[in-house]
Amino acid sequence: MSAAAAAVVEREWKRYSTGERLARFMVYVTIVAAIVLSIRTVEVIPDFILDAPEQIADLLKRMWPPDFASYPKEIHAALLDSLHIATVGTVFGVMMALPFGFLAARNVTPWPWLNWAARLVLIATRSVNTLVFALFFVAVFGPGALAGTLAIAFHSIGFVGRLFSEALETTSPGPIEALRAAGAPVASVISFGYWPQVVPAFWSLVLFRWDINVRESIVLGLVGAGGVGMALDNALNLFQWTRVAMVLLAILGVVIAAEVAVTYIRKKII
Amino acid sequence: MRAGNPPRIRGFPQFCNPAASIESPALAHHTSYAAHIAGSQTDAALAIRGLVKAYVRGKPVLNGITLDIASNGITAIVGPSGTGKSTLIRCINRLVEPTSGEIIFEGRNLVTLKRSDLRAARRRIGMVFQEYNLVERLSVMENVLSGRLGYVSPFKAWLRRFPQSDINEAYALLESVGLTVYAHARADALSGGQRQRVGIARALMQRPKLLLADEPTSSLDPKTSVEIMTLMRDLSAQRSIPAIVNIHNVELARRFATRIVGLSGGAVVFDGAPGALSDPHLKQIYGGESWLDGRDN
Amino acid sequence: MAATTDSLLNRSAIRPANWPVRFAWLAFALYFAYALSHLELTPARFFAGLDYGYKFIAKLFPPDFHRWELLLKGLKESLEIAILASVLGLVISLPVSLLAARNLMPTWVTWPARLLMVLCRSFHPVIIAILFVKAVGFGALAGILALTVASLGFLGKLFTEAIEEISLKQVEAVRATGAPFMSVIAFGVLPQVFSRFIGFASYELDSNLRNSTMVGIVGAGGIGGTLFAAFQRFDYDFVCAIILTIIAMIIVGEVLTHAAKKVFRA
Repeated sequence: MSAAAAAVVEREWKRYSTGERLARFMVYVTIVAAIVLSIRTVEVIPDFILDAPEQIADLLKRMWPPDFASYPKEIHAALLDSLHIATVGTVFGVMMALPFGFLAARNVTPWPWLNWAARLVLIATRSVNTLVFALFFVAVFGPGALAGTLAIAFHSIGFVGRLFSEALETTSPGPIEALRAAGAPVASVISFGYWPQVVPAFWSLVLFRWDINVRESIVLGLVGAGGVGMALDNALNLFQWTRVAMVLLAILGVVIAAEVAVTYIRKKII
Repeated sequence: MRAGNPPRIRGFPQFCNPAASIESPALAHHTSYAAHIAGSQTDAALAIRGLVKAYVRGKPVLNGITLDIASNGITAIVGPSGTGKSTLIRCINRLVEPTSGEIIFEGRNLVTLKRSDLRAARRRIGMVFQEYNLVERLSVMENVLSGRLGYVSPFKAWLRRFPQSDINEAYALLESVGLTVYAHARADALSGGQRQRVGIARALMQRPKLLLADEPTSSLDPKTSVEIMTLMRDLSAQRSIPAIVNIHNVELARRFATRIVGLSGGAVVFDGAPGALSDPHLKQIYGGESWLDGRDN
Repeated sequence: MAATTDSLLNRSAIRPANWPVRFAWLAFALYFAYALSHLELTPARFFAGLDYGYKFIAKLFPPDFHRWELLLKGLKESLEIAILASVLGLVISLPVSLLAARNLMPTWVTWPARLLMVLCRSFHPVIIAILFVKAVGFGALAGILALTVASLGFLGKLFTEAIEEISLKQVEAVRATGAPFMSVIAFGVLPQVFSRFIGFASYELDSNLRNSTMVGIVGAGGIGGTLFAAFQRFDYDFVCAIILTIIAMIIVGEVLTHAAKKVFRA
C-alpha cells in the first residue's frame, strides 16, 4: 500500500513545453522591447501631445458647416474620375497579377525557384505604395489619369497575386489528378481543374481590392495623378476648411456607396 | 491468363507475413521466369514486367510485379491496405513514378515516355477514382466532356467548343449510366453513387483501350457498390475494354471479376479465376483467420 | 423515355445560356470602354511614355546608398510610427469592437461604435495624416495618430466580425458558472477570437509598416518624407535606394511575423 502511494507521481499540467514557453517568452520580450524603444526614441514633443485634442477640436470647428455649394462644379467630375481610375486600374492590375499568382502557387508550379521569383515580384509591388508608384508614373507619363491608373494597377498586383496564389494552394488535388490521368494538357488542367475551384475566392478578392482601390485613387490627386485628390489639395492649400469638409463628405459618400455595392454583389455571386 | 488455368500459388518473399504458410519458394523464381519468357511475345492489352516502386530507398512497396492483362474482362486486384494496390494502379499511368521495371502498353514502354508522349498514352487509359475526383463546381456535362481534354485544344476547351460528335457521345454515355436528367446539374449536387457514374462516363469518353479503377466502390454503400460494379462490367464489356480494378471487398471481386490477382507484401501471391480463390488463398493474402470466420456464407 | 428527355434538352448546348450574367458582362465591357476613352488612356500615350520610361528606369540604377544615415533615420522613424500605431490601434480597437458586436451589446451601443469604425476606415490614411498634420504639426505624432485611427477602422471591423461569429453556447456556459462580466469575456469570448487575433495583428503590423512609409509624403514623419524630398530633387539614385530599403524592411517584417505566428500556434 505504501508502495502504491509512493507510485503516485504528481503530474503537472502545463499548457506548453519548456521550449515552447521559452519561444513565447522571447516573442513577448521582443514586442515589449520594440514598444519601449519606440516610445523612447520617437521624436515627439510632449507639449504637442497634450495640445493635440484642443488643436483637433479647433480644426473640426473650422470645417463646420461644410460648403455644399462647391460640390457640383469641381468635386463631382473629379469624384467620378477617381472611380474610373480605380475601376480601370483594378482590371489591369488583376490581369497582370494572375500569371504571377499561378507561378507563386506551389501546387501549380512545382519549381521552387520560380515560386520564389514570383513571390518576390508580389512582395515588391505590395511594399511600394500606390502613392510612390504614382510619383514614379507622373514623372514618366506626366500628370493625369494615366499615371494614376498605372499606379493603382501595379500596386494591386501584389495583393491580388498573393491572395490568388493562396486560394490556389487550398484547392483539392483530386480533380487535378483525374484530368492529368486523362491526358489533358497543362492549360486545360488549369482551366478545368484549378480555375473552377478558385472562382468564388477570385471574385471575392477582386471586389475587396476594388473597394480599397477606390480609397487609394482618391489620394492620387495629391501628387497630380488625377481624381478628386487634386480638389482636396487645392482646398487645403488655400485653407478653405469648409471646402475641405465638403470634399471629405463627398469622399465618405463614395466610399460608403462602394462598400454597399460590394456587399450587394458579394451576396449575389458568392 | 485465361480463366481455365489452375491457380498459381507463389512462394512468399522473406519480408512478408512470417506466420503464413510458405509453399514452394522455388516456384516463385520459376513463375516469374516463365512470365518473362512469355512477356516478350504478348498480345496482352497491358504487360507489366518487374515493376518495382520504393517510396523510401530499400523499402519497396512493389517488389518486382510481373503481369499480363488480357484485352477483355475485369482483373480485380485484392489485398490488404498498404500492400501497394493503389501504387500499382497509379504506376500504370504514372501518376506515381515507378522506380524500375517496364509497362508495355500499345507497343510502348510507358515508364520511359516523355511528357507529350505520356499524355498521348494517358488519354488512351481511362481512370475511375475512389473519391470520384469530379470538378465539383462544373456541371455533369462539363465533367463528362473533360474526358476529351486530351484531344481538344486548350483554347477550344476553355470556350467549351467541343466537337458535336463528342457532345453527342457525352449525352449517349450519360444515358447509358442513367443520368441524362442531371446533364446540367452541378456535380456537387449529386449523391456519391451518381458522382461515380459521372466518373465512369468521363473515363469512357476518352474511348480508352484500358480502364483503371482505384477502389471505385470504397466510398459507396453496399447496394450502390453493386450497381457501380455492374455498370463498369457491362459498359466495359460492351466496348471491349479490359479493366483493372482495385477492390478490397473480396465478395465484389469474386462476383464481377474474370480474374483475381492477390497482392501481399508487394508481390503477387494469387493469380487466377474467381472460383479458385479459396480460404487458404485469402489467408495468405490477408493474413489472420478471424475476419474469415466473421463472414456471412 | 429517351425521346421525352430528348425533347426537353437542347442536344447541342454544353451549358445553358445564362442571360443575366452575359448582360452584366456586356454592360461592364461598355462601361470599361467609356472609362478608357474618358480618361484618355490610349495605347498611343502609353507607348509614347514607355520610351521615356526606359530612360527613367536607367536613371534609378545603380541605387545610391551614400546617404545611408539619412536613410536609416527615416527608416527608424517609420518603424517607430508603425509599432506605436499598431499597439495603440490594437489597444483601442479591442474594446471598441467588443462594443460593436451585435451579439453581445444592445443596438444603442453598437450603432455609435460601428459608425466610429466606418468613419475611421473610410478615409485613406494619407488624408487622415494631412488633417493631423494641420492639427498637431509636422512630425511623427501626426503619423502615429493617423495610423492609429486607420488601424482602429480596419482592425475593429475584423475583430467585430470574429466576435460575431463565435459560438454563443460557450459564452452561455461560462455565464452559467456565475462568473462576472469581465470573466465571461475573458473565458468565453476571447479564447475563441484569440487564434484569429494573431493573424489580424500581424496583418495590421504589415499594413502599418507599409503605410508608415507613405504618410511622410504629407509631412507626418518617416521615410516617406525623405523619399518625396529626393524625388523633388531629382535624386533618383537615392530614391531607388530608399525603395529597395522599404522592400527589404517589409520582407524582414513578414519573416518575423511568420516566425512569431508559428511560435504562437505551437
